[in-house]
Amino acid sequence: MLLLSAFAAALSAYAADEPTVHVQQPHLQGPRELQEATAKAVVQNYLDSWQSLSKALDQNRPDLLDRDFVGSAREKLAATIKQQVAAGVRTSYRDRSHDVQILLYSPEGLSIQLADDVEYDVQLSSGGKPLGTQKLKSRYIVVLTPSEVRWRVRIFQAEAQ
Amino acid sequence: MRAQIPTLMGSLALGITSALAQTGDLTLPKSIEAGAAFSIQCGGSGKGTLYIAGPGQMIKQDVQLGGSIEIASGSLYNAGQYSVWCGSDSSAQTGSINVSPAQKPSDVTFIAKPSRLPVALHNAITGSAYVFDTYGNLITKPMQVSFQLSNPGTAPQTRTVETRNGAAWTQMDSATREGKAQFVALVGDVSSTRIVGQVPGDPCSIKMNAKSAGNKIQLVTDPVRDCSGNAISDGTIVTFTATYGAEKTTVDVPLKKGIASVEIPAHRGATISVASGVVLGNQIRWAQ
Repeated sequence: MLLLSAFAAALSAYAADEPTVHVQQPHLQGPRELQEATAKAVVQNYLDSWQSLSKALDQNRPDLLDRDFVGSAREKLAATIKQQVAAGVRTSYRDRSHDVQILLYSPEGLSIQLADDVEYDVQLSSGGKPLGTQKLKSRYIVVLTPSEVRWRVRIFQAEAQ
Repeated sequence: MRAQIPTLMGSLALGITSALAQTGDLTLPKSIEAGAAFSIQCGGSGKGTLYIAGPGQMIKQDVQLGGSIEIASGSLYNAGQYSVWCGSDSSAQTGSINVSPAQKPSDVTFIAKPSRLPVALHNAITGSAYVFDTYGNLITKPMQVSFQLSNPGTAPQTRTVETRNGAAWTQMDSATREGKAQFVALVGDVSSTRIVGQVPGDPCSIKMNAKSAGNKIQLVTDPVRDCSGNAISDGTIVTFTATYGAEKTTVDVPLKKGIASVEIPAHRGATISVASGVVLGNQIRWAQ
């Protein structure tokens, strides 16, 4: 508990242009115990995935998704990039704050689900011209699965707050 | 990464946002179900462009401003929150729309572990299920998932679990009889099946018999079974140990057709024992 709190505080202390991050105590369903090292790795890997998402959608480069996304999450994001390229559009996502809580560590240890109340900006550019920026609040339901060296996002889905 | 976003551009973009927000009227539903048709009213006149942008999908469409813009069924189907821009080159109106998963389940991702385990273990088999709609969206609305573990010749174990945020899990006991069990996760009329192999557990007891074979002793076990009566798998090692004075002889023998058999030198007064794993069998003192 103490380590998670310290972890949250550390994340919040990032540079000013970094998002503020609050990590709530896990509200776990399931019999599997979640080690603090695992929880920290999962949350950090998830936050990293926002950077990958932002770069990939801003530069229209699906290869930038590979480190942090897998399965249907990667497929959907890559399809969006393809649609953006076809439309001559770029989107820039900038996450301003996260409020993360781990919800489920599946009994066999092959998936972790978390919820994140995110505040973020979306800027749309068409033909190189910015059309505007929107500030949004969403609750993301995310499922991560372990890969060789890190947890990768397999389900990445927002719902309105 | 964050440092690469120029502050000037951010300010410009925010300025544009403020300007755009003052132009025209954009009317759109706050939320739709994935794949549903809907319409948008975008103020103004003449030709314009509609953008619907989210991480899950991007739609760009030429539109006639001032009228109703119809978005056909099946166009916007990935669940999530989308930003909407609509207008001409000089002005645009903005809004957002939430796409929720369809309510009908179409797919279940089901993970059952382990795929092979000993019989008669409590809560040793786990199953986790995630429920998706026809577009691959996680259905976050609570749904009933029925887990059923069926073993040949015995009544199935059934648990019904309500999903939370699209996920449900359960634990089951392995059966007392060896064999392949069908583990099914069922949501509505959608199911997913996994096979779980249940193998005999450790030997429950071992009994050997000894008889003379010339100048040797032939040792043969009774069929070795676990505590549920299942025959222990062939290949399982049984260890015979004969102690005669200071001399000790150990022979490892794999089970073959459920029994272990070996011949060892006969010594009057030898003590012979048998074991497999942590299970110790009977002891014989050779008197001939």
